[in-house]
Amino acid sequence: MQQRLARGEAAALGELYDRFAPLVHSQAHRMLDDEEAADLVTREVFGYVWENPDAYDPKQGPMRSWVARLTHRRSVERLRATHGEAEGPDARAHDEELEHRVRKATAAARADYIVASMPASLRSALELAYVQRRDYRQAAADLGVTGDEARRRLRLGLQLLSTASPRPPDGSAPPGYGPTS
Amino acid sequence: MSSDTGGSGRDEERLDTGRIPRPRDAVDDSPSAGDGGPGLSHQVLKSLLGAWALSACSAEETAAVEEHLTGCARCAEEALRLRDAVGLLHTDGSLDLDPMLRSRVLEGCLGRRPARIPVPSWAAPYDAETARLDALLRDFGDAEWHAPVRLKWFEDERQAHRRTTVAGVISHLTAVDGLVSAALGLDDPLGNGEKPLSPTGRTETYWSSAYHPPTRTVREPWRDQSHTLVRTVSFAGRGVGELSVPYGAFALPLEDSLLERAFECWVHGGDIADAVDYPYEPPSPPHLHRMIDLAARLLPATLAGRRRAGLAAPARGLVTAGAPGRSLHLEVEGRGGGDWYIALDSPAAMGSPDHTVAQVALDGVEFCRLVAGHVPPVEAAAGQEGDREAISDVLFAAASLSRL
Repeated sequence: MQQRLARGEAAALGELYDRFAPLVHSQAHRMLDDEEAADLVTREVFGYVWENPDAYDPKQGPMRSWVARLTHRRSVERLRATHGEAEGPDARAHDEELEHRVRKATAAARADYIVASMPASLRSALELAYVQRRDYRQAAADLGVTGDEARRRLRLGLQLLSTASPRPPDGSAPPGYGPTS
Repeated sequence: MSSDTGGSGRDEERLDTGRIPRPRDAVDDSPSAGDGGPGLSHQVLKSLLGAWALSACSAEETAAVEEHLTGCARCAEEALRLRDAVGLLHTDGSLDLDPMLRSRVLEGCLGRRPARIPVPSWAAPYDAETARLDALLRDFGDAEWHAPVRLKWFEDERQAHRRTTVAGVISHLTAVDGLVSAALGLDDPLGNGEKPLSPTGRTETYWSSAYHPPTRTVREPWRDQSHTLVRTVSFAGRGVGELSVPYGAFALPLEDSLLERAFECWVHGGDIADAVDYPYEPPSPPHLHRMIDLAARLLPATLAGRRRAGLAAPARGLVTAGAPGRSLHLEVEGRGGGDWYIALDSPAAMGSPDHTVAQVALDGVEFCRLVAGHVPPVEAAAGQEGDREAISDVLFAAASLSRL
């Protein structure tokens, strides 16, 4: 795909969009909570990839996580730009409020990313329990697995999901998007 | 992934579990023997933490877990973490992506860096329509894939029907798109042996070659084939648009063939959307215009064929090839519409505003529904004026362009 983009193949750009647009748009929407802003970020991310296909380094992980990182970066920039810089005595509180917003939006977007990337077996167990309000025995029956297995999937799914939240003592970026650059 | 990496010494620590937010009310589960209660081991209680955080255990198990959390620091810590994680889940499923965003994004990209290998403009409607249908299919569950679809077309002068499923429709598209693949020397989804050329024959063959009714697994081969087609025609260079694609009883140049495939993709996307109660918009106006234009160009030859079969009134006069002849003015309203002059007496004649003997006015989408065989010709046109026989012949010819 990278080579085809570098060659300037419009058909590859279309395929890139078909593959990643749902991810890019939903991540941007989760970050910005605004349809128009999410559209704009989507345009910017694909514009960037199309103009800079060589910026992707396969050694850094799959293209999907690279595209997710680009989306996150652009969304944070937009969030900061729209909420602007404050001056005067309230500046500090404003900045803190903004950083809090960025962290919260980041965790929400990472959580979506993790759910979308986790094995389907875990995702469907979580969906049954959370969305359809099935208890773990019912979920086990729906999935055709034992109660033990359903409990294991729910716990593992939540453990994966819990890595989306930045925990204050841990300064490094959460592992949500795979290796960070 | 394991969360049991904390120091073992913390097990003995007692935590004030009052800080732990309570889960939603436990699922009302009729208690039965073995549903928890005292005597559950640390292992079992630990394994219940995910279900507990999601309020997905029995009342007894919930009570047993909470009792345990007051005494086990490690489990209490994990319980807190998993409850926080539940807060990151949400029920507002994935947002529908505006299907028109694709063309805006791609245009924006190509404005910044022009493509060295562009998609030919005549392949753009096929590219756009297959992407739009694929986006509709993206979030379908098994129930949607197996939803019944009633395919409609016009055959032997009346409406014909065929029942299939959403997955069956995608198989149908795959089988007929395969005509184009075969013409380009690509893999044919029907394989390498003898196979019919007609779209209907190909579809029947493809449907009956499957051991089981089609499932969601049909999506990927269909999508791969459409991506491959777009890619292949982009590389093929000038002149490939004229390559003849045989359909059995007739043939179309590749340019028109892919346009016809785009049209079918839209029409069947609409059938699928109806079956699962989703909205499905018409193609973008420039693409709709091309589709209408293709139908209008096919009409004179179709009329001639119907005349030979005794299904249309005889020609009123001989026209020299290339000369203007008796015409019907097809006025298509709405976005993507325009004016077409359909030569009535011979496919070799030129349609001409000066030789108009009749006029039909209708909306672009309505015209396409007529061509797809979704509305009977007698109900189609909103405005009709002039030679009634000519009008009826053209509307029936338009409907006869449809097939399975």
